[in-house]
Amino acid sequence: MNKTVTFRIWRGDATGGKFVDYTTEITEGLVVLDVVHKIQATQANDMACRWNCKAGKCGSCSAEINGIPKLMCMTRMDTLPIDKPITIEPMRAFPSIRDLVTDVSWNFRVKTKIKKFNPRPPDAPDGTWRMQQEDVDRVQEFRKCIECFLCQDVCHVLRDHHKHEEFIGPRFLVYTAALEMHPLDVEDRLPELKQSQGIGFCNITKCCTKVCPEHITITDNAIIPLKERVVDEYYDPLGWLWKKIRPKG
Amino acid sequence: MATNYETHEYDVLVIGAGGAGLRAAIEASAAGVKVGLICKSLLGKAHTVMAEGGMAAAMGNVDDRDNWKVHFADTMRGGQYVNNWQMAEFHAKEAPTRVHELEAWGAVFDRTKEGKISQRNFGGHRYPRLAHVGDRTGLELIRTLQDHGIHQGISVHMEYTIVSLLKNGDRVAGAFGYDRERGRFRIFKAKAVVVCTGGLGRAYAVTSNSWEGTGDGVSLAYHAGAELLDMEFIQFHPTGMIWPPSVKGILVTESVRGEGGVLRNKDGKRFMYDDIPDNYKSQTSTDPEEGWRYTQNDKNAKRPPELLTRDHVARCINREVKAGRGSPHGGVFLDISWIKEKIPNAAEHIKKKIPSMYHQFMQLANLDITKEPMEVGPTTHYAMGGIRVNGETQATNVPGLFAAGECAAGLHGANRLGGNSLSDLIVFGKRAGEFAAKFAKENAASKIDDAQVEAAYKEAMSPFDRPAGGASEGPYQVQYDLQNMMQANVGIVRLQNEMESALDGIHKLKARAEKVAVQGHLEYNPGWHTAIDLKHLLTVSEAITLAAIDRKESRGGHFREDFPDKDPAAAKYNSVVSKAADGSMKFRREPIPPMPEHLKQVIEEMK
Repeated sequence: MNKTVTFRIWRGDATGGKFVDYTTEITEGLVVLDVVHKIQATQANDMACRWNCKAGKCGSCSAEINGIPKLMCMTRMDTLPIDKPITIEPMRAFPSIRDLVTDVSWNFRVKTKIKKFNPRPPDAPDGTWRMQQEDVDRVQEFRKCIECFLCQDVCHVLRDHHKHEEFIGPRFLVYTAALEMHPLDVEDRLPELKQSQGIGFCNITKCCTKVCPEHITITDNAIIPLKERVVDEYYDPLGWLWKKIRPKG
Repeated sequence: MATNYETHEYDVLVIGAGGAGLRAAIEASAAGVKVGLICKSLLGKAHTVMAEGGMAAAMGNVDDRDNWKVHFADTMRGGQYVNNWQMAEFHAKEAPTRVHELEAWGAVFDRTKEGKISQRNFGGHRYPRLAHVGDRTGLELIRTLQDHGIHQGISVHMEYTIVSLLKNGDRVAGAFGYDRERGRFRIFKAKAVVVCTGGLGRAYAVTSNSWEGTGDGVSLAYHAGAELLDMEFIQFHPTGMIWPPSVKGILVTESVRGEGGVLRNKDGKRFMYDDIPDNYKSQTSTDPEEGWRYTQNDKNAKRPPELLTRDHVARCINREVKAGRGSPHGGVFLDISWIKEKIPNAAEHIKKKIPSMYHQFMQLANLDITKEPMEVGPTTHYAMGGIRVNGETQATNVPGLFAAGECAAGLHGANRLGGNSLSDLIVFGKRAGEFAAKFAKENAASKIDDAQVEAAYKEAMSPFDRPAGGASEGPYQVQYDLQNMMQANVGIVRLQNEMESALDGIHKLKARAEKVAVQGHLEYNPGWHTAIDLKHLLTVSEAITLAAIDRKESRGGHFREDFPDKDPAAAKYNSVVSKAADGSMKFRREPIPPMPEHLKQVIEEMK
């Protein structure tokens, strides 16, 4: 059965904007992105909206739906109350480009500063490695990330305190964890984590974990173990003493 | 004046940043030349992320009987022998090295008990051959290449669209395009250009392709003088989602069947047993119990008929639906939940093996695939045809212009095997990057022709110059009409008169597209972008239709109701489409060069 719904969509750019109401009919089984596309095709040809796969795999259509950071393509209309207008706005932690599209380029710059994968020499004469499935399970969890940046959007260190120069945010802590816990990797990323990448700013409120569409347990499985590694390296008094007195060479 | 445009100058310009484009850019950069990379979307969002099942490489980790010869023979049999045999040989030989290279760059594949890269069964592959990561292998591939590539000194241009290739005489000289975010035009001057723009599924109404799959590269290359090959061969993947309507076309990975999923009609019958093609009879099981054992890696078992090639499975589904034996929403049932009869903890097993499918159905269709069957039907998935390239170098007939990945043609012949696409990207992406860099080193920079730039700018901006209303319409309706017409008339089952009416329809739509008007600004204006994409969609649709009309037989992805059988004479040529001097599209048949003895022998051995 067809129903009528009103979408209250933020229209504007870096200089400012306002919410505009669009009322349209919806059929069974639609997601939010379908309705945005319908409005785009019939009422607002020039409404900017970033999307690609429409299947929750590319992480392009991130937005705030009734105030909650979500993927528009994975939010079913039957999960929303349609008796009142549904607000759709861009991710608020990033600068606006136009309408629902934000400038997420900061994320791409941050990634280039993290030391790349650096494997140990191959295990077999044919140049290949051996790893057990149970040793790669936790890294595979982190590598599910689709880089939708919803975790960055919701993180109060970035969203409210704007620590973009001092803190890399949950996405890149997950990325670093995937590298640090990779069974083959021999690089040391702890000095940067502690200093320029600001892992100490995270006070584990777990907002990032809650919004992750891939259900990655960002805080518990990635950030806390990294924090423990940093603590062990820099703040453990026994470890510190051992490093001072251990025989050199 | 062209001098008003900001100009970027590269040795090699790669257009497209999916698996093939990234691999090409990495290779060219490693060869020491200056590389620019154009992404239509943000980096790492390309359609490659959608690939699920895996990448085929005869590593023999799970079954040591596998080797390049078996892979080569499987690819040729799947492609019904109109493949470029040279590409099929390179592909089968080089894929294992390319996969190992990904591991060296940080990819984390699923493992065997011995700790090697695990490999899974897939349609048309004789042995378990697909390296995979659950059912998100494409994401692993693109992320690995992205994370490696950003440290290689490649200049990345995100959210840029190329509207025209630029030439100097016969040779390519660069490209002209705009950035989506601001709508500013740019000139990209380059000694060599590699087109890696992927697919064209958006020419159809039901497709697994994202909005980007509008055939840009195929069309850009064609208008720049490159020949197109075998455009009639379109792969309709047998299992797309069909319900609810908003998800229609989204892919349901073949791994569901590889892990033991079965197809049933509304009467509960496994209809795939009804029609097993002769050339697969010796490899296909007629006993359900044996088929199940095959999916559980029993080396002595033959494959179940659900794992026959995609073209065949899609047609069988189509047949069931037309005969009135389909599911409520016009498809058939795909059931993985039944394996609970076979293994304990089946629900957990399914979630571990095909996690994305579990989530996709749970979230989008509110259906638990560990408990209930899915409803599926064919969806436009892949273009076997595309830009004609040299099998070794990926060079087109336009000097300096190269192509790789889905937009290039040859490897897959009339039908692609699942898993052969991701390996195609890395094998031929690498080759394209290597030979484009070589070309750039051996040739001086070419000159940009201001008149070409101005003409391309004027054409791209023209939708803004037309007044709304009156004779003009918006771009979306033209796009929908084209998609519906291609779906109905040049789709999974084809007929002469329907295709002829489609050709006529395309010419009418071209006239409408030339009058399309858009309003508003240049910044991230989707109506304008859709208007620009129309030209590409219309170009590839015309090429598909022209080639499909000529091929009066059924082979692979091209099925004609009026010529339902294979014609041995038609196995001897490829279809070639190119732009005539008067701007019209011309067609010719090109004989397939004879296969060398050593490859003929391989095919004989593997029969």
